[in-house]
Amino acid sequence: MEILIPILTAAVRSGTPILYATLGEIVTEKAGILNLGLEGIMLVGAYTGFAVTYHLGSPWLGVVMAFVVGALLSLIHAFISITMKGNQVVSGLALTMFGTGASSLLGRSYIGFTIEGLNKIPLPGLSQIPIIGPVLFNNDALIYGSFILVFFLYWFFLRTRNGLNLRAVGDNPQAADAMGISVDKTRYLYTLIGGGIVAVGGAYMSIAYTKMWAELMTAGRGWIAVALVIFAIWNPMRAALGAYLFGGVEAFQLRLQAAGTSIPTPLLMMLPYILTIVVLFFISVSQGKGILFGAPSSLGQPFFREERD
Amino acid sequence: MNKEKAVPPLVEMQGITKAFAGVTANREIDFDVLSGEVHALLGENGAGKSTLMNILYGLYRPDAGHIFIKGTPYTFMSPKDAIAAGIGMVHQHFMLVPSQTVWENMILGLEDLPYILPRNEIREKIRNISSQYGLEVDPDAKIWQLSIGEQQRVAILQMLFRKAKVLILDEPTAVLTPQESLNLFKTIQQMTAEGHGIVFISHKLDEVLSLSDRITVLRKGEKTGTVQTSHTSKEELAEFMMGRKIAFTINKRSQAPGESVLKAEKISILNDRGITAVRNLSLSIREREILGLAGIAGNGQHELCEALVGLRPVESGHIIMNNKELENQTPKSFISSGMRYIPADRKGTGLVPNMDIKENSILKKYWKKPVARGLLINWKVVFKQAIDLVKKYSVSTPSVETPVKNLSGGNLQKLMLGRELSDAPKALVAVHPTWGLDVAATHFVRQQILHERDRGTAILLVSEDLEELLSLSDRLAVIFKGEIMGIFDNPGEATPEKIGLMMAGTPLQFLLKEV
Amino acid sequence: MKYFRVEKRLSTPGWFAVAIPLLAISLALLSGGIFLYFLGVSPLQAYSSMFKASLGDAYGFTETIVKAIPLSIAGVAVTLSFKMLIWNIGAEGQIFMGALATAAAVRYAFVDQPFIMFWIMFAAAACAGGIWAAFAGYLKARWNVNEIITTLMLNYIAIHLVDFFVYGPWRDPASLGFPMTAPFPDAARLPLYGNTRVHLGFLIAIVFAMLFWAILKWTRWGYEIRVIGENPRAASFAGINYLQNVLIIMFISGALAGLAGMCEIAGLQGRLQHGFSAGFGYTAIIVAWLSRLNPLAVLLVSFLIGAMLVGGETLQIVMRLPLSSILVLQGLLLFFVLGGEFFRKYRVRLVSRGDN
Repeated sequence: MEILIPILTAAVRSGTPILYATLGEIVTEKAGILNLGLEGIMLVGAYTGFAVTYHLGSPWLGVVMAFVVGALLSLIHAFISITMKGNQVVSGLALTMFGTGASSLLGRSYIGFTIEGLNKIPLPGLSQIPIIGPVLFNNDALIYGSFILVFFLYWFFLRTRNGLNLRAVGDNPQAADAMGISVDKTRYLYTLIGGGIVAVGGAYMSIAYTKMWAELMTAGRGWIAVALVIFAIWNPMRAALGAYLFGGVEAFQLRLQAAGTSIPTPLLMMLPYILTIVVLFFISVSQGKGILFGAPSSLGQPFFREERD
Repeated sequence: MNKEKAVPPLVEMQGITKAFAGVTANREIDFDVLSGEVHALLGENGAGKSTLMNILYGLYRPDAGHIFIKGTPYTFMSPKDAIAAGIGMVHQHFMLVPSQTVWENMILGLEDLPYILPRNEIREKIRNISSQYGLEVDPDAKIWQLSIGEQQRVAILQMLFRKAKVLILDEPTAVLTPQESLNLFKTIQQMTAEGHGIVFISHKLDEVLSLSDRITVLRKGEKTGTVQTSHTSKEELAEFMMGRKIAFTINKRSQAPGESVLKAEKISILNDRGITAVRNLSLSIREREILGLAGIAGNGQHELCEALVGLRPVESGHIIMNNKELENQTPKSFISSGMRYIPADRKGTGLVPNMDIKENSILKKYWKKPVARGLLINWKVVFKQAIDLVKKYSVSTPSVETPVKNLSGGNLQKLMLGRELSDAPKALVAVHPTWGLDVAATHFVRQQILHERDRGTAILLVSEDLEELLSLSDRLAVIFKGEIMGIFDNPGEATPEKIGLMMAGTPLQFLLKEV
Repeated sequence: MKYFRVEKRLSTPGWFAVAIPLLAISLALLSGGIFLYFLGVSPLQAYSSMFKASLGDAYGFTETIVKAIPLSIAGVAVTLSFKMLIWNIGAEGQIFMGALATAAAVRYAFVDQPFIMFWIMFAAAACAGGIWAAFAGYLKARWNVNEIITTLMLNYIAIHLVDFFVYGPWRDPASLGFPMTAPFPDAARLPLYGNTRVHLGFLIAIVFAMLFWAILKWTRWGYEIRVIGENPRAASFAGINYLQNVLIIMFISGALAGLAGMCEIAGLQGRLQHGFSAGFGYTAIIVAWLSRLNPLAVLLVSFLIGAMLVGGETLQIVMRLPLSSILVLQGLLLFFVLGGEFFRKYRVRLVSRGDN
């Protein structure tokens, strides 16, 4: 039981950047836009957060600027996908490349620097609760932010006017359009917001997780997030479950390594990816008939109004 | 209808013109709607009725022309503007989000709502409007769970919820049973009594005559006339719709049918949702015979046709052609047995829009000689055959290397016809073959089908055009909820009343008993 | 009131085919240059050293070809699957699996005869890559499991699998702890041209490009593939078997990518090591897209991108920029090409709505 707490704690910490990225992508995909550029956005977010924190001394400004930069990057993808009706898969890949290269280029002079970053803030009383106390309530502000974000998004999608319109745009853009909702504007808005949230996930890595900058530091987390969106069936709560699960696997694997097990690291590193395929398989099979239930029906398809065959 | 000149019409459209990629859908059309009237918009498929109304609803922007609402000029950049001006539209494909509930759809896009949706308030309001107009719906039901008729009610309520003064109904009875249609008419009457203006788009003469106060007829994008319903007749309307009184008589020689070519024995078929769409259905089509199949869309015709050409499996029963049991085999086996298919959606299933004419022409025979030469395709032969086909079927195109997506609807259909009929099929399933075609193309296609029949092919003709079915079929069957209600061996005995009742579920034998 | 209206074009003017790629390249270089400038790097210096290194002399030229080889083979691989609208982004993993199988063949099935050894490695790499891809293809065709995710995940699994072997049982004791196998014996090496580093893969790339171009254009099977890609419903209408074709195409696609991996390690590097592929599998996607899914064009485009990669290495050596910097240029190029596609398909007009 005692080993459980450090693993769970590490799972939460390790899973948080993935969670932010997944939540951001859920927002984008709910509007019907597929953004595969998460890895690139996260890296640029990590760099921005780090650089701003380093120069201005405020991690909060770092997070905010990361959000802004993430949104701006997503604007490129949005423009290509929405206004130019381009291929979203390729555009997302281009964004990943661009973001990865740009972050390396921009961050080249920051290698080795460290920052104060964000520290843990134990919540009084709550952090004393056995087991979940130290795991959940002895974390830094961004992690608390992610908890809030999960619940906020869940409530937002279900109970608010804007959330309803967003879902309609993703599920049946023709209907939304006919009811006077601007499909394009909605998609732009949420692609930007989603991209910003993804970037915050990257910023978490450099401001809170490692408090350093390193090239390619997200190590594929952006791609895991893409997969997790499907695992979560576009539901923010399940996204949290998935993110912590993967964070846990990574933490578990590090612990095993430290304990000197004979399971080679590379094999352990494969676990999250194998797990994703297995989960995806079960989801797809159980939905049957090739209809991915819960998916926004218009995902990845450009919207045309004056379309006559 | 005593309307003082001083009161401006609810809607006035002047000189509306709209073209899509070279095709003029509306040419200088004037149209107006008065308070308390039902103004029918009549015309064949493709005449431009939906386009005109989509312009009024703000979905399309006209190339020229003006719109006045109660005398004030307006420009609609999107449905938002139209809705704000009191225009509502119920499309053929309802603008509803299937995965969401009725109440969520009801308030979709509304802005003067609190950020946090007041569910109970909304539900209350829905119940109120619902009972006011006699349109019962359950606010918490999900759209995909509702029947088509119920969905339509939601779509109408959607517009009334937004205080629409003018309500445009686009072919509303196309998917309703006769009983549901009657309910709709009652609702329409109630709405006009309350001062709404209704635009009723239809291509069905009888409905339009019984329901409307005025009728405007469109033909090929132009207005051919606006009349008071009380002062007009079916003949006059038909003339407005079709043009000069051209006697396009179909030359139909009676043929003695031969052996049974295609037999379906007690087949049951599931639809995409896993629900039984066709139930223990049997039919048989003989050489030199056209079996017409009438029925309201959605009663299993689609699934039946797909099963008969091998695109859908059957759960039980047999499909027999040339003494071979073909059910559940690959589409290629059906094609090899001589089955050909003209589907309803031409650009979807039938053709590859981005490929050119010659490439599309070999879709059903690319593995056979002389098109195929071993593993390769002999493009020289394909080119030549394509030229012959295009000439024989009067497909108007600059060359056989033109991408198919650039062809007009009529030429597409002729191309498809040519391709399917070009190598002497044994059986043909044709679904809505003349839908959306102009008069000349329609005549051509019908002649070709008859010619095919004379040549010996067994043909299943599925159509919503009763006149087409009656004039082409040798025998006429009616389908309802996946079962055959009856077959007329002599289509002359099939009156619209009898057919209508059968389409609504009364088996033929009951009707005959009453005689 | 004026507004922009987007309309579909009926046909694309012929000169677009040349003008748009040229414009895209120019804009990419321009915007990349501006980006570099604001980073304190001289664009002129960067571009000229890139050009000199890749195309300026004979050595650079051959180096460009060396880089272009795996890009071309994998580019054709990606082209095939993309033509069927299967978003196979697993070329990287398939390359790794091909390399893994090659190394396994060298280690366990070595025959001291270059000709025979070549075919053993060829078969091993093709099968490994093919199965790796076909697995994802099967999941997609049978249960509609999203191939973007599965191929992506398989990439990482493959990379770690290779790591397992090169850090573990296959590590060369003489390599001082570096994760690599022992150098391959000569019989397992592909022949080179002259004293350049250009290896047999050059020929393989050309052969495959021409072969698959011909298949797509002239054979029945090629026709089927194109129909499936353009309109899957019409394909089933014509009786074309989707499942079968998905499996075959994915297998071939993976096999080709696997062969690209084999060429890299048997032709160029001479051993299997950690991270031997500098993201070729992903770059191949750009190549395929820029070639507009035409296998012959892949040859040309992979040369161009190869030049870019060589230039990128120069940036690292000469100007001390991170190796991944070149990704910026690649990303920009792709963005502008996507933009160019828009103008190929649509036309934008400024329309006035008349008075109000």
